[in-house]
Amino acid sequence: MKPAAFDYIRAEHLDEVLEALRREGSDARIIAGGQSLMPMLNMRLAKPKTLIDIMRLPELARIDSSRGAVTVGAGVRQASLLQWPELGRSLQLAGLALPWTGHAQTRSRGTVCGSIAHADPSAELPLVLQALGGEVHLRSVSRRRRVAARDFFAGMMATTRADDELIEAVSFPTARGRCAFREVARRHGDFAIVACAAVNTGDGVRLAVGGVADMPAVRDFPRLEGSAVDDAMNRFAYELDARDDVHATARYRRDLVRMIGRDLVREVLQ
Amino acid sequence: MSRWQAGRRHVVRFSLNGKPCIGEAEPRMLLTDFLRHEIGATGTHVGCEHGVCGACTVSVDGQPARACLTLAAQIDGCDVRTVESLAPSAGSLGILQSAFKRNHALQCGFCTAGILMSLDCFLRQHPHPDEAGIREFLSGHLCRCTGYAPIVRAALEAAAEMAAALSGAKSDA
Repeated sequence: MKPAAFDYIRAEHLDEVLEALRREGSDARIIAGGQSLMPMLNMRLAKPKTLIDIMRLPELARIDSSRGAVTVGAGVRQASLLQWPELGRSLQLAGLALPWTGHAQTRSRGTVCGSIAHADPSAELPLVLQALGGEVHLRSVSRRRRVAARDFFAGMMATTRADDELIEAVSFPTARGRCAFREVARRHGDFAIVACAAVNTGDGVRLAVGGVADMPAVRDFPRLEGSAVDDAMNRFAYELDARDDVHATARYRRDLVRMIGRDLVREVLQ
Repeated sequence: MSRWQAGRRHVVRFSLNGKPCIGEAEPRMLLTDFLRHEIGATGTHVGCEHGVCGACTVSVDGQPARACLTLAAQIDGCDVRTVESLAPSAGSLGILQSAFKRNHALQCGFCTAGILMSLDCFLRQHPHPDEAGIREFLSGHLCRCTGYAPIVRAALEAAAEMAAALSGAKSDA
């Protein structure tokens, strides 16, 4: 339960981070808050040759709200976003989901972008990014690009980030419609057995589900009423690639999606 | 930029319980092992070593942090407080510790150092907590002895005592 040996780079400029990533590629890992990466290191599920610490870069520690999106830099801790005064107005869904993201004792260090980078299938922040149709801002020595959330997550703890790319920030579109979030876990703050987020899109509802398949599943529904909601949730739950694991059976997960999904759809369409 | 070579020991300068402190650590050394083995501050306990149990929780720059999910290298220049900071003097207990003792909020004591440091951070930020807030905050800790009820009671008592001490200090001024 101790990490394997690695070199540790404490970066003071963004150029140093990008250059180290260019030179060392998949042998290097970025460490920000470390709340997802450190357990992987301790259990030796990850054995990078180099860790690059980005937490001394003030330019990455910014939350910026402009042009209909909230952009959260790679150094912004989850607790900082939770305390951001504009959260309730600009990013209500994240405000609902963040209290479920780990515990206060991990949110104090864990970053928003770190959770997105880790891409755990039951994590709340990838789910929120998917539900809102957000983007991941990637940067390497030679290029900058933005990838839509639906193209970023590639499977269980897998993303389309290239080895030489830094997640510089993520941006969440400011949602105007009602939204809702609910989660079931064995203990508040543990990994979700099922987490659901719903957003009123104006002409219907978008439902995102985490914890069930190997990455968040997103589906858009038209305005539904009465038993049509139950029918749609039955079909959606049935089509999910649900897994059995030590925490819950696939069947239980589908049942939760049916029930929570129905409640959330009704809530945001009210 | 500074690069610490793997397998080599590097100097870590930080503040421990209000006093400047220097130690040496390899890049891979966890803050838990650094505090216990390098510095000799064994009040911080090591539980699960993957961030689940909360036994190793310390305060880093005033915020609760899992010492097992923190590298010694990361706390260079930081203000670290451990359970050793809570007692006002040797042989006496702090307000929170006394409340734990009165309420039997510990039995084996393994989880206690982490819970105390967590609650110390929490009560500084929330001087008038309610039970629900304390319970949610405690969800980041595992205790296998107490069933949590006495811990919640002790936290509420300590909060009331701290608030009274604070308002007394204000009226004196």
